[in-house]
Amino acid sequence: MGKTLFDKIWDAHVVTQVEGGADVLYIDRHFIHEVTSPQAFDGLRARQIPVLRPRQTVATADHNVPTRGQHLPISEQLSRFQVEKLTENCTEFGLELYGLGHHYQGIVHVIGPELGITRPGMTIVCGDSHTSTHGAFGCIAFGIGTSEVEQVLATQCVLQKKPRRMRITIDGQLQQGVLSKDIILYIISKLTASGGTGHFVEYAGSAIRSLSMEARMTICNMSIEMGARGGLIAPDETAFDYIRGRAFAPQGEDFEAAVEYWRTLYSDEDAVFDTEHRFRAEDIEPMVTYGTNPGMGIGISQAVPDVPAGSSEQTFQKSLSYMGLHSGEKMAGKPVNYVFIGSCTNSRIEDLRLVAAFVKGKKKADNVYAMVVPGSKQVEAQAKAEGLDLIFQQAGFDFREPGCSACLGMNEDKIPKGEYCVSTSNRNFEGRQGPGARTILASPLTAAATAIAGRIVDVRDTLN
Amino acid sequence: MEKFHTILSSAVPLPIEEVDTDQIIPARFLKATTREGFGDNLFCDWRFHPDGSPKADFVLNNPVYSGQVLVAGRNFGCGSSREHAAWALSGYGFRVVVSSFFADIFRGNALNNGLLPVQVSDSFLHAIFSAIEANPKAMFEVNLENQAFTIISTGQSEHFEISPYKKMCLLNGYDDIDFLLSLKDKVASFEQGHEKVLIQ
Ligand code: SF4
Repeated sequence: MGKTLFDKIWDAHVVTQVEGGADVLYIDRHFIHEVTSPQAFDGLRARQIPVLRPRQTVATADHNVPTRGQHLPISEQLSRFQVEKLTENCTEFGLELYGLGHHYQGIVHVIGPELGITRPGMTIVCGDSHTSTHGAFGCIAFGIGTSEVEQVLATQCVLQKKPRRMRITIDGQLQQGVLSKDIILYIISKLTASGGTGHFVEYAGSAIRSLSMEARMTICNMSIEMGARGGLIAPDETAFDYIRGRAFAPQGEDFEAAVEYWRTLYSDEDAVFDTEHRFRAEDIEPMVTYGTNPGMGIGISQAVPDVPAGSSEQTFQKSLSYMGLHSGEKMAGKPVNYVFIGSCTNSRIEDLRLVAAFVKGKKKADNVYAMVVPGSKQVEAQAKAEGLDLIFQQAGFDFREPGCSACLGMNEDKIPKGEYCVSTSNRNFEGRQGPGARTILASPLTAAATAIAGRIVDVRDTLN
Repeated sequence: MEKFHTILSSAVPLPIEEVDTDQIIPARFLKATTREGFGDNLFCDWRFHPDGSPKADFVLNNPVYSGQVLVAGRNFGCGSSREHAAWALSGYGFRVVVSSFFADIFRGNALNNGLLPVQVSDSFLHAIFSAIEANPKAMFEVNLENQAFTIISTGQSEHFEISPYKKMCLLNGYDDIDFLLSLKDKVASFEQGHEKVLIQ
């Protein structure tokens, strides 16, 4: 019997098995950031052990950093302390750090791919659940806790039970105005926020194949929002072209040799998945969420549903009351005062280009504060080189410096209590963007169109 | 890690589904660089008003309920990978979380911190909630050795799963790093045969 792509990569990384089913999995690449690593370094110090393979770990500061005045010391004391701690730890343990001020700094899941560190066939972990993003390159990438960060630093391995395999196939042609963000919000709305638990997902089908690497990353990024450990897509020419020539990618003959190996990374025709789902691209509308988990999403033409099968009335009503919404109400037309374009889901250059192309020559509505936060220093520089910053400025959008920003509101970028924010990020949990903030997840196009109209719109009506 | 002994305790009911780790410990409290102190901010936004005064209707503020066992609705611990969620729960004093379904990363994080996730059937979860409703001081036994969760008042008991390795770790207070460090030579020889493009 053939093997799935997931099995091929996983099996090639098992150092040994533990009685009772867990595998000791070798980790090729490890990313760390300021929030989930300090306690892991303390652990190493307590045991008086070094980082086993320092060259396989890369650090950046992203969660806590301000998105304005990054050349100045961080004014918020606890954030500054945590970022300084990361610098101290990286110096002490000999790790590469792309910290604040470095031209490679950015959200950890944006910089790995854009630097060519993320590559097909690898195992990649990070103390962050959206590590699943990297799977777009055909690698096994998943989030871990801080105890596991310590394990990887100390031993370059983690202990993991092998997840089950799921394949989600999407064939067909997307409607105009529908982006990869809509695909993944649609999938999660169908499978629910726990529908992928225990699984690793392979995304396949003609609609996936036709996507750019940026768009594929958006899909893999949100695998965790249906509870899956991660998601991956078989690497192809699109992936190889993206990696070619990047700062840390293999060069010349080494690159050609690598591509030869990468071409072996696909699921065999007769490979069997534990779970399979199929969707048609044509069925997908621009999506918005109405509730407080990413599974609570609807097509823009639909209304907020009644309690869906399988959820409890109490939990559902709690969620709607937090959002200030009720069943039967349409999301389209709702006035919105905040728009956030950013996060590891949608802050890459392609996202910014799309938004800029849409808002060019237009002005945001008076009631709206709209922010655009690039995913990295490199994205920021590229956007400026292409004049996107000026387009944003003329449209009245606030173009800021890179970081996680209002995705989780650890820095100053928070949405006020009770306000709606159409956000390109990945989580609409209660308080995620600030205490009391009401998040509506959507694609960058829907977010841009909302900022211009001052209310939620069906972006399809504004195209052509 | 502290050894896990059999626990006999009353339980705190939280009959809400999809409790994500942003609720267990909101992001703004993740700035600490040690593992201590997170219990004070457990469920902060459900537990306290913005001015810091307790919300009377939240279960942790109701003196009727107490104990080392938290019982919650399905898909507990979804969302962020923050281990701080496990630290907050054990920092507050919980040793066991019961649900009919746990998110994967949370389950791993809990086990790595001596916090036992006990997954039970929907109907048994319902029975536990009913027992607490009938008597807020109802007692429960969590026996890791036998992998059994028992409602003392009714005598109902359900078996729960845990990997033999993790069970051994909890019972003895071992952690994964001790074990992984003992494999040093195996890791080195694995690296010899490993595809070069992957580690360079
Ligand atoms: S952008 Fe948001 S989801 Fe992505 S790593 Fe940062 S905080 Fe996490």
